[in-house]
Amino acid sequence: MIRFENVSVTYDGAAQPSVQGVDFEVPEGELVLLVGPSGVGKSTVLGAVSGLVPHFTGGTLRGRVTVAGRDTRTHKPRELADVVGTVGQDPLSHFVTDTVEDELAYGMESLGLAPDVMRRRVEETLDLLGLTDLRARPIATLSGGQQQRVAIGSVLTPHPRVLVLDEPTSALDPAAAEEVLAVLQRLVHDLGTTVLMAEHRLERVIQYADQVALLPSPGAAPVLGTPAEIMAVSPVYPPVVGLGRLAGWSPLPLTVRDARRRAAGLRERLAERIDRPAADALQGRGAVSISGSAAGRDQPQTARSRQQPATPELLGAPSPGRSRSHWFRRKPTPATPTSPYAAEVHALTVTRDRVQALRHADLTIAPGETIALMGRNGAGKSTLLAALVGLIAPSAGSATVGGAAPHRTAPREVVRRVGLVPQEPRDLLYADTVAGECEAADRDAGAAPGTCRGLVSELLPGITDEIHPRDLSEGQRLTLALAVVLTARPPLLLLDEPTRGLDYAAKARLVTVLRGLAAEGHAIVLATHDVELAAELAHRVVLLADGEVIADGPTADVVVASPSFAPQVTKILAPQKWLTVAQVRKALP
Amino acid sequence: MRSCGQSCRRDDSRPEESATPQGRAGEAPLGPRQPRAPLHPGAWWLWSLSLGTAATRTTNPLLLALLIATSAYVVVTCRPDTPWSRSYSAFVKLALAVLLIRLAFAIALGSPIPGTHVIVTLPEVPLPPWAQGIRLGGKVTAEGLLFALYDGLKLATLLICVGAANALANPARLLKSLPGALYEMGVAVVVALTFAPNLIADVHRLRAARRLRGRPDSGVRGLLQVGLPVLEGALERSVALAAAMDARGYGRTADVPAPVRRTTAALTLGGLLGVCAGTYGVLTAEGGTYGLPVLLAGLAAALAGLRLGGRRSLRTRYRPDRWGVRAWLVAGSGAAVAVLMALASVYDPEALHPGVVPLVAPTLPLRPAAAVLLGLLPAFLAPAPKEPS
Repeated sequence: MIRFENVSVTYDGAAQPSVQGVDFEVPEGELVLLVGPSGVGKSTVLGAVSGLVPHFTGGTLRGRVTVAGRDTRTHKPRELADVVGTVGQDPLSHFVTDTVEDELAYGMESLGLAPDVMRRRVEETLDLLGLTDLRARPIATLSGGQQQRVAIGSVLTPHPRVLVLDEPTSALDPAAAEEVLAVLQRLVHDLGTTVLMAEHRLERVIQYADQVALLPSPGAAPVLGTPAEIMAVSPVYPPVVGLGRLAGWSPLPLTVRDARRRAAGLRERLAERIDRPAADALQGRGAVSISGSAAGRDQPQTARSRQQPATPELLGAPSPGRSRSHWFRRKPTPATPTSPYAAEVHALTVTRDRVQALRHADLTIAPGETIALMGRNGAGKSTLLAALVGLIAPSAGSATVGGAAPHRTAPREVVRRVGLVPQEPRDLLYADTVAGECEAADRDAGAAPGTCRGLVSELLPGITDEIHPRDLSEGQRLTLALAVVLTARPPLLLLDEPTRGLDYAAKARLVTVLRGLAAEGHAIVLATHDVELAAELAHRVVLLADGEVIADGPTADVVVASPSFAPQVTKILAPQKWLTVAQVRKALP
Repeated sequence: MRSCGQSCRRDDSRPEESATPQGRAGEAPLGPRQPRAPLHPGAWWLWSLSLGTAATRTTNPLLLALLIATSAYVVVTCRPDTPWSRSYSAFVKLALAVLLIRLAFAIALGSPIPGTHVIVTLPEVPLPPWAQGIRLGGKVTAEGLLFALYDGLKLATLLICVGAANALANPARLLKSLPGALYEMGVAVVVALTFAPNLIADVHRLRAARRLRGRPDSGVRGLLQVGLPVLEGALERSVALAAAMDARGYGRTADVPAPVRRTTAALTLGGLLGVCAGTYGVLTAEGGTYGLPVLLAGLAAALAGLRLGGRRSLRTRYRPDRWGVRAWLVAGSGAAVAVLMALASVYDPEALHPGVVPLVAPTLPLRPAAAVLLGLLPAFLAPAPKEPS
């Protein structure tokens, strides 16, 4: 269906080709997954299928790409529109019209289908993707998962034979991602659609793939094979494969189910050490040196109620060093500047545009603690972070950071107490060089000149001063934004979806950096959909739903209890409470 | 505690994460009942533009205020609850800015209106002889100011009427009613129009981000500093959108024989020229005689060209808006206002253009005022469906 014949693509001004030696075929009706680290040219390969590379992006394409027998050299993207449907990374930049129904019809209108056919297909697609209730809604008011589904629907209506997707699930919460993937599965199975998809979050998609094309490194030729073959050699792999490699299973299991059936032996071996998983758990996290009371919180305790009364220890003991425990939910006394918490949220309600984004939310954050804020798209995670940093004023209740209400504090003061790395780190960067960015950050934070640059060198070795922030990779840009925020040394650090678009290597670097910061006593709150990241990093998980806190407890307890937020290792080794491959590795003799 | 991860999933109409830094707009919850089909957007545009045309016929501040009030009332009762319908306030602000700028110019550059009531005398900047006729500073007279106020108000009313059209009917829906030949141009225009709201959203987001860096998030300097990143982002988004549109078949054309193509071009170009000349004639006082015929001939030629040009386009339309009785009435009420006002400007020019030399208080001419009130008809014909609350 899609045929690459010795394809190489060189963009204008680039010294060497972005991809070369691409020579494979995607048979009809298969779902082929394109994997590889960031920057190996996955998007370029996808773009070549729809003809956007090189017709739209410029550059030179050597070799030949044919889709359903049409050569992309002679067919422009618009002439391929009836056979190829393309959905890019950002669904918002894909929409031409502004309501769901019109958007679904747009592609068909361009192709000149008859009105009755259009009407029928729109209804079918609304049903297929579960969008019926949203048909008249303006697209701008939909949540991320809904938008992604509309984007997929909008390319489905012309009945393309090939679907090209660039990271369709990276912005979605686990359940919404499953929804989208279920739709893809259905298309492949029922309609025989050929799907070529790139995705960083392999744990979500690898089980659906018929074949995997691995781009191992920039400029290297892709390797095509069955998922199990490729995963055995791939530099990027999901935790289930990591566990399989660790345990020496062959062929490698790709799904939690396969792995569970093989894991009986491993569970037994681990069961012998079950009396000590807590200590190992901590070890597995890279031996974070946290204060004594914090170390205890990884013990798999029974899930506690969030309304547990405060232990009197805190109130009696003003020494902040000893009382940095999070075991109590709220302080009965009003917040004072000497609060032992990095931040406290008390009965916080935020109403915006007649929607209650947060309802009566309570949260306390202790220094040195890492909290993962999870919940589906639209649950209020970003709102909570925005309230903590003072971007949003509470409608009721209070949010205090370091004893002060952030929205009433001058920005210069706020950055010393709390820093937020937004979902799009680029928003934080204004200057046109890294050096300029760092100087500005020092000035903004009132830090000694060179502070930010020092942080950048530490977190991101090998970045030169002159490089433009736009030219950095996604992970590098995130780290630069992190360094900028850290320049003011805020005791509380907030990150909104930090792993969106990061490959496993960049994620591992981020994990190391954040662990180091937590060890230095920074409190960290991550709003994330990435269960693996939460498992790896967080001491505590707070689940939000419809703006309310529905669960708050140690990571192991909360995620084990939730089918959608449990990491793969937990699912495989349940009922034992293991979270990451690293923990298991440490525990094995 | 454990259940909600899965069991709440089927709730498709979950509330929005409206507080994300991207500032998603609030949602419009739709009731289970089917709302009445929306009015044809063309009707709204005709109505609004007619009101705007009426505004160009008068400088009487009372009539202009009445026009603004009429359009505002209709907007408030009829606008749907959608993100774009909130653009009305933006247009009102823009109109206010235009008015103020007009006044500022009148103060700084003087006014051709001879006036005797000097309010203040600004220091006059001496200009070289080649800049004769231009004056900087000098006397500011009440007459000059009043004239500028009337003039600015006329422009502001026009802008507010356009804003009303924007709020009442999504310009993108109007596109669906464009002839096929114009469709692609129309998409380009609409994409360009959506550029502005996106730009504003970006500015909000980036100003919020300034706060994250410890800089004040208000003030003109803040606005200037985010300017470049905002433009960059908007440009990138436009390019991404263009790519998406191309990949979805935007601009696919059918083959048309060359003679047809040439005829189309000739008809369209000639027609548009005719329309331009005709409009100029109609709008200026001198061209009263040739204006209308040229305009009509031009329109006819352009329409014929468009019809021929439509052959090139493959597009079909999904559920096009129907032009029903209500649409006729709404458009008709607007047209009536425009026509009656035009008639009034011929028969009773004094009332519609209150003099400024000498200074007189403007009076409200009754018959044109009654004509303006006709424009209220849509408020009763097509009120927006009220949300069950």
